[in-house]
Amino acid sequence: MDWQHSLLLVAPEELLSLGGLLLLLAAGWGGDKIARAASIAACIALAAAMALVAPALAEGASGPATSAFFGQFRADAFASFTKLLIYGSAIAALAVAPQFFDRYKVMRAEYPVLILFAALGTGIMVSASDFMTLYIGLEMNSLASYVLAAFLRRDERSAEAGLKYFVLGALASGILLFGVSLTYGFTGSTGFAGVNIALAAGGPMATGAVFGVVFVLAGIAFKIAAVPFHMWTPDVYEGSPTPVTLFFATAPKVGAMAMLMRVALEAFGAQPGVWQQIVIFAALASIVIGALGAIGQTNIKRLLAYSSINNVGFILIGLAVATQQGASAMLTYLAIYVAMTIASFVAVLMLTDANGEPVEQLVDIAGLSRTRPWLAAALAAVMFSLAGIPPLFGFWGKFVVFQAAVAAGFIPLAAIGIAASVIGAFYYLKVVKVMYFDEPADKVTGASDLPHKLLLLVTSLFISPLGYLATIWLGALSDSAAAALFHAA
Amino acid sequence: MNGFPILSLMLLVPLVGAVGSLVAGGKAARQIALLATLVDLALGIVLWLNYDIGGEQWQFTERARLFAGFDWALGIDGIALMLTLLTVFLMPICIGASWEAIEKRAGEYYAAFLFMETLMIGVFAAQDLYLFYIMFEAGLIPMYLIIGVWGGADRIYASYKFFLYTLLGSVLMLIAMLWMAHAAGTTDIPTLMQYNFSPAAQTWLFLAFFASFAVKMPMWPVHTWLPDAHVQAPTAGSVILAGVLLKMGGYGFIRFSLPMFPEASAQFAWLIFTLSMVAVVYTSLVALVQHDMKKLIAYSSVAHMAIVTIGLFAFNVQGLEGAMIVMLSHGLVSGALFLSVGIIYDRLHTREIDRYGGLAINMPRYALFFMLFTMASVGLPGTSGFVGEFLSLGGIYQVSSWVALICTTGIILGAAYMLYLYRRVVFGDQKHADAAAMTDLTFRELAMVIPLGLAVLWMGVYPESFLAPMRADIAALDARVARARPPGDARWTAGKPVAAEAPHAEHNEGAH
Repeated sequence: MDWQHSLLLVAPEELLSLGGLLLLLAAGWGGDKIARAASIAACIALAAAMALVAPALAEGASGPATSAFFGQFRADAFASFTKLLIYGSAIAALAVAPQFFDRYKVMRAEYPVLILFAALGTGIMVSASDFMTLYIGLEMNSLASYVLAAFLRRDERSAEAGLKYFVLGALASGILLFGVSLTYGFTGSTGFAGVNIALAAGGPMATGAVFGVVFVLAGIAFKIAAVPFHMWTPDVYEGSPTPVTLFFATAPKVGAMAMLMRVALEAFGAQPGVWQQIVIFAALASIVIGALGAIGQTNIKRLLAYSSINNVGFILIGLAVATQQGASAMLTYLAIYVAMTIASFVAVLMLTDANGEPVEQLVDIAGLSRTRPWLAAALAAVMFSLAGIPPLFGFWGKFVVFQAAVAAGFIPLAAIGIAASVIGAFYYLKVVKVMYFDEPADKVTGASDLPHKLLLLVTSLFISPLGYLATIWLGALSDSAAAALFHAA
Repeated sequence: MNGFPILSLMLLVPLVGAVGSLVAGGKAARQIALLATLVDLALGIVLWLNYDIGGEQWQFTERARLFAGFDWALGIDGIALMLTLLTVFLMPICIGASWEAIEKRAGEYYAAFLFMETLMIGVFAAQDLYLFYIMFEAGLIPMYLIIGVWGGADRIYASYKFFLYTLLGSVLMLIAMLWMAHAAGTTDIPTLMQYNFSPAAQTWLFLAFFASFAVKMPMWPVHTWLPDAHVQAPTAGSVILAGVLLKMGGYGFIRFSLPMFPEASAQFAWLIFTLSMVAVVYTSLVALVQHDMKKLIAYSSVAHMAIVTIGLFAFNVQGLEGAMIVMLSHGLVSGALFLSVGIIYDRLHTREIDRYGGLAINMPRYALFFMLFTMASVGLPGTSGFVGEFLSLGGIYQVSSWVALICTTGIILGAAYMLYLYRRVVFGDQKHADAAAMTDLTFRELAMVIPLGLAVLWMGVYPESFLAPMRADIAALDARVARARPPGDARWTAGKPVAAEAPHAEHNEGAH
């Protein structure tokens, strides 16, 4: 263990921290005039960080060589895979922000800085191989997120979202910490490797240690918005400024999910029986509640919030089977989920009326296919994709997850999960129905800038049937990332 | 034709046409659509002419490793060839039927139809389990849009019902497919058709596939989406729904359920027979009391599809051949009947039977063709309907006299409701002035009904053209399911051997 090696492994984090601090200084002296320049600089920093993490994924890095700072941090292929998604989402959240915030004259220079720190924290979460590192990453991401949620200070809903997110997020952090302390008490270690060894050695787990696992999982379930810890999601997603919602639905979600995978499969990997039933319950409950809750929604952002709860349920099925194939399936699903979510929120951002005010009510996009055919087609493709209808690429995510479940013998779980996906199809169809079958409401008339169109085009092409051509490539990357997770344990 | 990817080309042509229609829009869209479907028809004829009867089981095969976990694998046997031909034959007629009826959002409309064509050919040509599933499921999207955007008054309810019903039916099939691929270690359909799953597993797999195909078929009691979808869909939508989409259920049974799960198929034959018998009698009676022409034909479709299922589960060559011919015949005839309804609907904008009457006077040509298709639906000898129903019922008679007896009443009831419909619409007095003022078939309409009429007669007079390509495949299937064949209920006893030294005595006896 030499410092040089460790410092080299955390190069992306160093880059982002330095970049964030420099931008903060620049913002302090330059004020909001440099907001756009700061956004561009933040995008460059994130792109550079992506370039730095990519080699580890390409090589399929795993094992002790990827471990930094005495086993506290791990820069393996798994971390690289998820960091690429996180940093990519952050770039998307930066690209769509100026048009949205300019309307309220609040495009401040702090926005790119906060996004940068949130992305940094999320990156640390996925690389953490010690509960302390994990907590630092989580809090770094959360604190930035609370501010971001309340970024539109003058909007009551935004302030409410920030407060709600903060209070409930703090509670979840407390639960998580309590679980970590119990785990530490019963295993004598905060490192994932140490916890794993202690749990593997001791035969059946002590009740206190089981409580530790349950509390840790409950805290993380809050962060991924899995049922029954999902209640904050619709309010926060609706109230936050849409570019921030886009960020919340992608980067921290991927980070928390990856963190959950690492905790469950590395730290608690020796005792899957203890947490599997919890995950199965959370998965099926998320699928069903996410689908049922969405049916009555009239606000598109709220609807997408329930859709994200629903999707988390499907991703958790991959975790419930506790196999390498399941982990690989989760990663594939996450990549597709990120593309679908970016596409859906970019499309929502493009729904503006003549004054540039956002249009968020479902009734207001009635007949969109006649006034804005391409935007409607993209949104419809996203909806069918989220519903998992082939030939759209969203189907592939569900497919690999259920494939893993069937291969591991969890056939009732797969059957119930897929049957419940039909409930979800109902509300996705409702959006398509409103856009295609109803008479035009002629509300959506505003134009959008180039980054929106480019992002929507790229993500739509990815979730279109053309995405299947990427399955071999995506599957190989997911496999190597998942293998890194299992070799580490 | 060796090596030339003609099936991929057949999938590509409508897809390119769909994009072209979407971009062009308006009047240009229908021309692009017609061109694309005619090119596909020409390719289909090339396919038929080059199909080597008695050659290899799977022809025109293609395989490319494009995706993780499954292949772009295409190939057809005689059964798939016939259903593909049915698809490419009906598509230009569908475009013709929409030529003037569709005014709003024409580009999207024709794009949806062409996309549909790609998926339907894909279903019949797919040789990979997952490729099949993707094609099979993807058809929901264009059909949902076709019913929902261009349908009748109650279109939204019908489109939801269609989508969710068929989706729920299909998702369990996906889990079964995942299990099969995991157990057999391959997703190749021809290999899976030879793979022996344990009978216990077959039971579950059969039920999962049955859930999907029974809804698609549709079998009683999960048929209720069909009348709604049919009535609300535009004419061409009904034609394609009845003509091809319903055949996917039958194709699924013949391609998956029977060869892959023969024991389970025999185990559940009683279920199929019961549902089919109920369907034949019940839906025929329901058809008898309809006031809406499209609804009447929709219910008759359910009855005809029940004849298909009993033929399939008769486990013998006659039954299987009969089921295939009923499927092809029903594709042509119900398509033609929906077209006939569409022709007068375009003039009067109502499907109420009572609003018509005496059309033979002002529309003699129409009356002639409608008569032909009515007779074909009834199963009059000389039309395609007779051949299929006769073979199918002959096949089931070997297994169960009771099932044959009850299902044959479907022919009598079919004659009742079809002739009753025909009498009320075409014969009688001209009760309504507007109906009496309707003009006879135009050139465009003749160009649609004449090929259909010729095909119906061809299949009725010389079915060998259609049976020959399928014969070897059906024989192979028959051999495959032979081990599970249920015994017939007719207790045949050998005749008393006649004394060999007195042959003329027997001759004399026969002369009495």
